[in-house]
Amino acid sequence: MSVDLGRPVAVWRPRPRTSLRVDRRAVAVGLVLLAIVCVLAVVSLAYGTYQLSLGEVVGALTGNGDRRAHTLVVEWRLPRLLFAIGCGIALALAGSIFQSLTRNPLGSPDVIGLDAGSYAGAVIVTLVIGSTAYTDIALGSLVGGLLTAALVYVLAYRRGAQGFRLIIVGIAVAAMLSSFNAYVMMREDPQTAMIVAAWGAGSLASLGYSQLVPFSIALVALLPLAALLARPLAQLELGDDAARSQGVHAERVRLGATILGVAFASLVSAAAGPIAFVALVAPQIAHRLARTAGPSPVVSALTGAALLVSADVVAQHLAVATGLVTVTLGGLYFIWLLIREYRRS
Amino acid sequence: MTTNAGTDRAAATRGVARGAFVRSLGLVAAVAVLAAVCVLSVMIGAKSIPAGDVLRALLGGEGTHDHSVIWDLRIPRTLVGVVAGAALGVCGALIQAYTRNPLADPGILGVNAGAGIAITTAVAFFGLTSPAGYVWFAFVGAAVVTVLVYLVGSAGPGQATPEKLTLAGVALAAVLGGISQMITLRDPNLFAGMLSWSVGSIGGRSLSLLGSIAPFIGVGLLIALLVARPLNALALGDDLGRSLGARTGPTRTLTIVAVTLLAGGATALAGPIAFVGLMVPHAARWFTGPDQRWIIPYSAVGAAILLLVSDIIGRVILPSGELRVGLVTAFVGGPVLIALARRRTASGL
Repeated sequence: MSVDLGRPVAVWRPRPRTSLRVDRRAVAVGLVLLAIVCVLAVVSLAYGTYQLSLGEVVGALTGNGDRRAHTLVVEWRLPRLLFAIGCGIALALAGSIFQSLTRNPLGSPDVIGLDAGSYAGAVIVTLVIGSTAYTDIALGSLVGGLLTAALVYVLAYRRGAQGFRLIIVGIAVAAMLSSFNAYVMMREDPQTAMIVAAWGAGSLASLGYSQLVPFSIALVALLPLAALLARPLAQLELGDDAARSQGVHAERVRLGATILGVAFASLVSAAAGPIAFVALVAPQIAHRLARTAGPSPVVSALTGAALLVSADVVAQHLAVATGLVTVTLGGLYFIWLLIREYRRS
Repeated sequence: MTTNAGTDRAAATRGVARGAFVRSLGLVAAVAVLAAVCVLSVMIGAKSIPAGDVLRALLGGEGTHDHSVIWDLRIPRTLVGVVAGAALGVCGALIQAYTRNPLADPGILGVNAGAGIAITTAVAFFGLTSPAGYVWFAFVGAAVVTVLVYLVGSAGPGQATPEKLTLAGVALAAVLGGISQMITLRDPNLFAGMLSWSVGSIGGRSLSLLGSIAPFIGVGLLIALLVARPLNALALGDDLGRSLGARTGPTRTLTIVAVTLLAGGATALAGPIAFVGLMVPHAARWFTGPDQRWIIPYSAVGAAILLLVSDIIGRVILPSGELRVGLVTAFVGGPVLIALARRRTASGL
C-alpha cells in the first residue's frame, strides 16, 4: 500500500515491520551540499598565503607529505576548517530548533537573549575585568549566554513557557544587555572596544587543536539529542493540543529543545564569538532548497556547514572576521533565493 | 506564531480597557502625562530650572541665561524627543500589524541598515561628522534601502506579502550591516563615531533641523491613521480582509510609505534608537486590545513618553550627557514589557 505524499519519496523496507521513508529531493540536496563542503574543504586547505597542490594536500593528510605541507595543512589549516564545519552545523541546528520552537522565521537563539548575553559576558571580561586571554573571553561569553538564557526562560515561565512570552521577555532582556554593552564600549578607548567588537563579529582565525578537541566532543555528544528531539519538536509545531494527543509531553520537549538550542549556540559563541546570522538563515535556505514542509535538521546542518566554510575561505583572503563575510555572503545568497522563489510563485 | 495559538487568540480579542470611553479617557490621561513630562524635560538637566522660570521664558521673558538654555537646548531636545518618539512608536505599531510578527521592529525593512551604511559612507569617505551634516544621508539611505527591500519582497507576479518582506528586510539588513562593519572595523575613530551614532541621541539637534524633518514624519503619521482601519481587516488574513472590503494592495503600499517616512525621519533625527518601536506597541496592545485605530495613537503618545522619561533619567544620572537616551530606553521599558508579558492575558497580534 502506498500513500501519495505529493512528492517523490523513496521507501526502504529492510524488514517487514520496519520501513524508512526518505524524501528524494531532500536526499539529493543533502548530497549536493555535502559535495560542496568537500570541495570547499580542499580549497580551504590548499589556498592561503602559501598555495599547495591537490597532491600535496592529500599527501599531508595521509601523512606522506613533506614537513612544510604537513605544518600548513594539518597543524594550521585543518583545525580552522573543522571549526568552520562544526560551527556551521551547530548554529544551523540551533536555528532550526528555535524556529520550530517559536514557529517564527525570525526565530534564532538570539530570541532568548543568547547573543546579547554572550556578548555582555565577553564585554565584562575584557573591559571591566580587563583580560584579553582567549580562554577568559570564551568562558565569560559561555557563562553570560547561559545565564541570560536561563533568566529569560525563568522570567517567561508561568505554567509553561509559551513561545510568544519567551519572545517578548527575550526582546526586553536582550535590549537591556545591548544597552549595557554599548555603554561600556563607549566609555573605553576605541582601540580596546574594537577588540571586543571584532570578537563579537565572530572569527575562526585564532583557533587550534586545543580548542577543537573540547568543542568536537561537546558537539558529538549533542548531535544524538538533536536527532531524538527532531520528531517531537515537529509534532509540537502543530500546536500543543495536537502534539499532546500524539503522546508528546509539550512542556518537557520545549524545555529540552530550548536547552539543546542554547547549548549548540553557546558552544559556537564560546569558541568563535557570536556568529548570529547563520542560525537564522541556514534553516531558511535549507527549507527553500529541499522544499520540505517542515523543518529538516540534516539539510539545515549541511547548509550551515557549507555556508560557514565558504565564508571562511573568503574571510581568509580578505583578512576580515569570518562572521562578517558569513553575514554578507549568506545574506546575498538568501536574497537571490528569495527573488527566485517569489518569481516562481 | 505562538505555541498556544488557540488560547492566545482568544485572549487577544480583548485588552485591559474594554469600552471606547475607557480607552478615550486613557488616551487623554496619557496626553496629560506627556505634557507633564515635557515640562519636566525642560526643567531638569545639568542646571535645573524652576517651573516658574520655564513659564516666564516660554512667555517671552528675555535676557536671562536660563532663557537661552531653555530655547537653545532644552526645548529643541524635548521636541525632538516627542517627534522622534511618536514616529518610532507609530512605525513599530504599523510594522507589527503589517508583518503580523511580534519580533518586527521599525528596522525590519532595512531602515536602520540603510541609514547606517549611508552615514558610514558619509563619515568615512566625505568626512561629515555632525548630525546636521549627515542627516540627509541617513534619510536617503533609509528610503533607498526600504525601496530595495520592497522590490526584493515583491519580485515576481505575487504581491509583497508580509513574510516575503520580513525575510527580504532581514537579509538585506544583514548584508549591509556586515559591509558597514567591515568598513568601520578598519578605523578606530570611525568605529567610535559609528558606535556613538548607533546608540541614538536626541541632544544637540537644532530646531531648524527638526523643522526640516518634521514634515516627513507628519505625513507619515497622517497615513498611519488612514490605514489603521484597513489594517484591522487585514489582521484576519488577506482573504478574509478582502471580503470585508479592505483593499490589500493600496493598504500595503501606503503602510510601507508611512513606515519609511516615520522610521527614516526618526533615524535621521535621533539615530537608530532601538527597542522603543518594538516595545511600545506591545504595551499599547495590552491596554487597548488589537484595534489599530487605538493602538496607533496610544503608541505615538506612549513612545514619546518613554523616550522623554528615558532622556530625563539619563540626564539626572549622568549630567555630562554621556548616558544617551538610546541606552536608557531599554532599562526603562524592559521591565515594563516583562511585567506585561507575565500577565495572564497576553495580547497576541
